[in-house]
Amino acid sequence: MRAKYVLYEAATGLWRNVTMTVAMIITMAVSLAMLGASGLLFLQVDKVKELYYAQVEVTIFLAEDVSDEDREALDRALDSDPLVSHYYYESQEEAYEKARELFSDAPDLVEALRPESLPESFRVQLTDPEQFREISVTYIGWDGVSEIVDQERLVGDIFSILNAVQVMALVIAAVMAAAALLLVANVIQVAAYSKRREVSVMKMVGASNWFVQLPFVLEAVVAGVIGALLAFAALAAGKYFIIDGPLAPLSMLLTPVPWRNVLLTLPALAAVGGLVSAVTGWVTLRFYLKP
Amino acid sequence: MIRLEHVTKTYPKASRPSLDNVDVSIDKGDFVFFIGPSGSGKSTIIKLLLREVTPTRGRVVVNNRDVGTMRSWKIPNFRRSIGCVFQDFRLLPNRTAYENVAFALEVIGKSRGVARRVVPEVLELVGLGGKEHRYPHELSGGEQQRVAVARAFVNRPLTLLADEPTGNLDPDTSIEIMRLLDRINRTGTTVVMVTHDSNIVNQMRRRVIEIESGRVVRDQPRGVYG
Ligand SMILES: Nc1ncnc2c1ncn2[C@@H]1O[C@H](COP(=O)(O)OP(=O)(O)OP(=O)(O)O)[C@@H](O)[C@H]1O
Ligand SMILES: [Mg+2]
Repeated sequence: MRAKYVLYEAATGLWRNVTMTVAMIITMAVSLAMLGASGLLFLQVDKVKELYYAQVEVTIFLAEDVSDEDREALDRALDSDPLVSHYYYESQEEAYEKARELFSDAPDLVEALRPESLPESFRVQLTDPEQFREISVTYIGWDGVSEIVDQERLVGDIFSILNAVQVMALVIAAVMAAAALLLVANVIQVAAYSKRREVSVMKMVGASNWFVQLPFVLEAVVAGVIGALLAFAALAAGKYFIIDGPLAPLSMLLTPVPWRNVLLTLPALAAVGGLVSAVTGWVTLRFYLKP
Repeated sequence: MIRLEHVTKTYPKASRPSLDNVDVSIDKGDFVFFIGPSGSGKSTIIKLLLREVTPTRGRVVVNNRDVGTMRSWKIPNFRRSIGCVFQDFRLLPNRTAYENVAFALEVIGKSRGVARRVVPEVLELVGLGGKEHRYPHELSGGEQQRVAVARAFVNRPLTLLADEPTGNLDPDTSIEIMRLLDRINRTGTTVVMVTHDSNIVNQMRRRVIEIESGRVVRDQPRGVYG
């Protein structure tokens, strides 16, 4: 019977104050959608990083006048270096072959190439790709080394764009979340005010605090969960119509967003939406309905 | 049992205390009138007994519980041992007489079955038999106050607090409400009543405690108004 009372009160509360409820649900939905999107982006950026790092290799170019001793010394050092997972030597001829392949549709360029004009190099893959700097520092001063190049720099630009987008989504989500919190607090206060007579009688006759507060908190939680459902629908639609639609070619570059991650946002957003509403509601009422 | 021991109450931002070193003891089953001019501190005493406010100094004991130091989560249970009636009735306008009384039971966890058994009984007791399904706006002031008394009494409280319960009623109706409170008092319930109504006080000849500027100036066993 008490459960029925609480549920009934929560439902009529939501209905009585329907414009505010709708505003609360929409704000909740937008902020949760932003949160979900930045969460997905976060997972995505991590995965892209992994993918790129796996391919990153450090190239140690050798000087034109490198001596055999220098080359062998370098070879031995790389062989015993714990930072190096594996490496191979690329001679001038091999470099020339590669370049011919790479520029095969520009015969003029290939024509101008001579094996002697290309440097020989060691191609090094690292055990931990993020430590390429240590490799550079270690080997740059060695005799016979002319230059050390890594592809991190190429990848870096993409990452800084992704990071910026990620931060932006998080900031928007935070601002929207603040708006949602204020709205929840306001809706609860309006609800409590519109039922002030009932509340004062309940307190007068000794209804327990949770019994007085639960309908209001439940009202906010229901709105929060509905907001989460809408946010999930928006994310799923975004995945289906945008990521897998016009943006599909990008997934070659940025790895596709898996449905598994999108589905994962449903329980996460519902939990965040429900919990945030519950806590906000409860805190608001503690100030609003003093004993 | 109600005891106020050297109770001083100064509201925040107030320049002088609303109650100043008040010492009062009320036995179980007593009937007590608090009288005094407007602003003397009578309602403040009721609020202290209900734990709506806490004393600035001194101790307030109600039904063997120190109300001043009571933890806030214990307040609801404490209030179930107290019934309250106010000048403005405080009924819920969108509920019938029956529902108003039943509401007080249901929100403290009593089942609907209990309400069905007890509410008609207590409405009968206050003389509202046959008017259970009227809304407050369909009842006279006196009848509305009867509903309020029924709501205060339905849980069989040890103590009934009434702050000017007849303040909005004409003399005849006031006398009827008084008879009701008297009957409730005879069941063993302690009744504490704040009033400005000299007729009632003089007619009842019960204990009278007079307050002036927050101090007890008279405490008389079978007193008159003044
Ligand atoms: N919440 C409050 N904050 C500050 N001062 C208050 C507050 N409530 C009451 N007072 C002051 O305390 C004093 C006593 O108030 P109280 O309500 O107890 O008087 P009363 O005897 O019930 O008066 P009345 O007969 O008019 O109802 C008054 O001077 C009043 O202004
Ligand atoms: Mg008063």
